[in-house]
Amino acid sequence: MTFGLGVSAVGQGLLWATLGLGLFLTFRILDFPDMTVEGTFPMGAAACVAAINNGINPIWATLIAIGVGMLCGLATGLLYTKGRIPILLAGILVMTAAYSVNLRIMHGRSNLTLLDKPSLLKLPIFAHTPMYFDSVFLGFTVIVILTLVLIYFLQTDLGQAFIATGDNEKMARSLGIKTDNMKIMGLMVSNGVIGLGGALVAQNDGYADVNMGIGVIVIALASIIIGEVAFGELTMNQRLVAVTLGSILYRFVLLIVLKLGFNTNDLKLFSSVVLALCMMVPVFRDMFDLKRVWKRGIAAHD
Amino acid sequence: MTKPILELRHVVTKVNRNTPEELTLLKDLNLSINEGDFITILGSNGAGKSTLFNTIAGNLTIDSGDILLRGQSIANESEERRTRFLSRVFQDPKLGTAPRMTVAENLLLATKRGEHRHLKPRHLKQHMAEFKQMTSGMGNDLDERLTTPTGSLSGGQRQALSFLMATLKKPDILLLDEHTAALDPKTSQELMAATNERITAQKLTCLMITHHLDDALKYGNRLIVISDGKITYDVSGEEKQQLTQEKLYSFFSDLQE
Repeated sequence: MTFGLGVSAVGQGLLWATLGLGLFLTFRILDFPDMTVEGTFPMGAAACVAAINNGINPIWATLIAIGVGMLCGLATGLLYTKGRIPILLAGILVMTAAYSVNLRIMHGRSNLTLLDKPSLLKLPIFAHTPMYFDSVFLGFTVIVILTLVLIYFLQTDLGQAFIATGDNEKMARSLGIKTDNMKIMGLMVSNGVIGLGGALVAQNDGYADVNMGIGVIVIALASIIIGEVAFGELTMNQRLVAVTLGSILYRFVLLIVLKLGFNTNDLKLFSSVVLALCMMVPVFRDMFDLKRVWKRGIAAHD
Repeated sequence: MTKPILELRHVVTKVNRNTPEELTLLKDLNLSINEGDFITILGSNGAGKSTLFNTIAGNLTIDSGDILLRGQSIANESEERRTRFLSRVFQDPKLGTAPRMTVAENLLLATKRGEHRHLKPRHLKQHMAEFKQMTSGMGNDLDERLTTPTGSLSGGQRQALSFLMATLKKPDILLLDEHTAALDPKTSQELMAATNERITAQKLTCLMITHHLDDALKYGNRLIVISDGKITYDVSGEEKQQLTQEKLYSFFSDLQE
């Protein structure tokens, strides 16, 4: 039983890691918080489930989810760069608008089920996997591909220009990098990945819900920041892997919280508390000299 | 007679257009720059030196007049587009480099100044030897720190790197905006010497804003003074060689009156 829960946590962690990876591109590389994700995630889910309900193959349905995610990113990107709306507000505008669009996609219903319908988890290759392992395999496959694609992308000339835009915009422009285009591209890719996350989670849970986007930015940030706190100074490639590990660690934290007797209604509160605590680690570190304590802890395991 | 590489004709630049705070910063400014000119620019604060650079680089659009590169108007080109022939070094060491990227990564970005960037692998390793050789010429251990994020370099190292990045891909026009002003006197002198050496060796066309009369006199083949949005003094060649601090001082005090 406990083993099963552990496997389930790993599977959930892998599927939700897509969110962390998507948000990493904007939050850590472009260096701004993109609220669009709270609308993109349920839109990816809604588009995918609606498409499958219309008889579209789950693989195509998942690709459609990526497409609608990219459109959300494009909308935010245009409002931000061409419309000169501050990024936080641009994201909130698109997120709010997405709520209505999501209801449209789901034909006015707040919940759309995948019961008895095909999904990526019911593909023939998963037919003989034990319970919960299907999401682990699916999540692992997607994360490996996604991480490799991102690693490749960030090492290209275009990827480097994208990183430079987030690092020093004025310098980037003085080297001829079109920073507005870089930001729009980043928002599109980021939200495309988050749309993918919505599609995967919806297929794993068996339904799409119009409210499933609430608080997902906190979950995505938690995987990024838990990864950073747990693994410290890393190269860019290692940081991408750390996001996935952070996402899995986060699921185990939630599992422990549930084991302690709290119920699922309390999870959003705990998500925020966990994220807040992780973000305050540098402050605590200065206060208590945690580094020394940790080093001793690690040394003991050697 | 060499043809001018860059010409500013009757350039007027305003900021805060159509607001009560409207200010005319460049007032019918004319400047003709020949290929290979190394021009030092003096002027008091607010005279329009930085505005001149921002106008040439495209950060500010002009209200009238024209800017010509080899006879072709570039007045309507964007800042990004102008980087294919122009590069600049800012006064603030923080502005010229990407802090979280390494020295080598910053240099690699600069090799493609003004070019389209594609989804092609960047091939950082193939450039390392070249970068090592280039940075060792700056004499400040920059070559030992190629894989260090630039955020942890000293101000002098960062400015030396910014300067290298600006000249790595030879620009038609190089703008130096008091690039040694934020450094201590010794580092400033070293960077100035390295700057002069590279500009002379590569025969770069360069405009350099400075507050040091010494540097303005010592370096370059031409000296201009900007006051109140216009060029009020322009000497070159022999005449510039014979210019002294005293003459410049008296010129500046004449301006004040």
